Amino acid sequence: MNVPENLQYAPTHEWLRLDGAEGTVGITDHAQAELTDVVYVELPKVGAQVTAGQQICVVESVKAASDIYSPISGTVTAANDALSSNPALINTDPYGEGWIFQIKVEAGEEIEVLKSPGQYREQIGGSGGSGEGV
Amino acid sequence: MVDFGGWSMPVQYTGILDEHHAVRDNLGVFDISHMGQFFVEGATAAAWLNGLLTNNVDRLSVGECQYTLLLNDQGGVIDDLIVYRIGDARYLLVVNASKIDEDYAWIQAHLADGVKLENRSDEFAGLAVQGPRSAQLFDAFFQGKYSRPARNEILAIEIDGECYYIARTGYTGEDGFEVFCPASRAVKSWGDILRKGAEFGIKPCGLGARDTLRLEMCYPLNGNDLAADTTPLEAGLSIFVDLQKPEFIGRESLAQQKQAGVKRRLVPFKMTGASPPPRSHYAVYKGDQKIAETTSGTLSPTLKIGIGMAYIPTEFARINEQIDIEIRGKRFPAAIEKKPLHRTGTASA
Repeated sequence: MNVPENLQYAPTHEWLRLDGAEGTVGITDHAQAELTDVVYVELPKVGAQVTAGQQICVVESVKAASDIYSPISGTVTAANDALSSNPALINTDPYGEGWIFQIKVEAGEEIEVLKSPGQYREQIGGSGGSGEGV
Repeated sequence: MVDFGGWSMPVQYTGILDEHHAVRDNLGVFDISHMGQFFVEGATAAAWLNGLLTNNVDRLSVGECQYTLLLNDQGGVIDDLIVYRIGDARYLLVVNASKIDEDYAWIQAHLADGVKLENRSDEFAGLAVQGPRSAQLFDAFFQGKYSRPARNEILAIEIDGECYYIARTGYTGEDGFEVFCPASRAVKSWGDILRKGAEFGIKPCGLGARDTLRLEMCYPLNGNDLAADTTPLEAGLSIFVDLQKPEFIGRESLAQQKQAGVKRRLVPFKMTGASPPPRSHYAVYKGDQKIAETTSGTLSPTLKIGIGMAYIPTEFARINEQIDIEIRGKRFPAAIEKKPLHRTGTASA
């Protein structure tokens, strides 16, 4: 399973890429593999204020609906509309074209609860096997 | 991997959509070893089974099978199963994994003198080869040594001295074979089928595709669409219920229900616009009135739209009736459809 070095990870399988106060969020390669084919994404509303760990949107595969949690507190500044017409981008490019939303981070302190790539790799056991799912 | 009736089973191998299309277009193979096998034998076995099951086993010649239901005294469904007549007075019952213990206890409790019942579920593995190219695979396998069983027929053969049952049955709406063999032969047979099937585009398929395929055909799943408080008449399965038989468990209740008219019917629906996929236990609305809950739902890989089933009050259970499905607090329009939702499957009933 691909776990890029330049990202931070939530235990609930979201990734966060920070660029100053601008964060981009998606779900991990492990998560998309566990979810199976993504067929619907209910995007978060731009302008929504969220706190770290709050349920923010829903990703649905053929198999099941899964809640997505914001890995950080802030205000949603953009949602990836491309996912409305092509939700499978989450499967084919989870760290690129399959990003879900962007967020303006308000306080840096919650970042400490996120996992490093190494810690996240440890969580998923490096196997991509069943685990706790998303 | 997920727990399914006590078995650890894969939801998918390569992907639900990929596996689904493999079965609709070419060929797929499912591990159905979780299913239960009961053997029933005795001079009075047919009469006894007729008192236990809804369909009429007297209609079966040796080597034929039928879909049938095991009911409780109220006419509710304990299980749906296939009964295969494998000898003059010998029958094989293939039941749902999650119901093996309950079925066995119920059947055992109603056993008659002179009838022998054996639960041999642990001894048997099962593999379902499904798809329009199933017959080609059969021929490639046996090279004319055996002729293919016809739809709803079963063949008993020996391979390497071991008994294999090969039935022309399935749960996908496509042509196909269900193979029951000794558990010790499962891994080898799985490998043999995948190797021989390669030239026909075979793919290993998991529970995910099994569910999308059966739901497109509106085949009920026990525990979702059938339950102890739903009857086969409500579920639209009356062609598998022979009310002409003088007696079977649940008959009285069904006869009364038929007389009075069923108050709800299990019907399929299709979303009429873009929506999240429906799932089981979503509220169904007619106008502002909640009229039902979905029993099954998914995104149909073939139709590329959300589909599902629900027990709808009879007054609304009409083709093209407009309903709404509530998904996370929002309502999305759907229309009641005719069964099956997928009409071009290669299985001819």
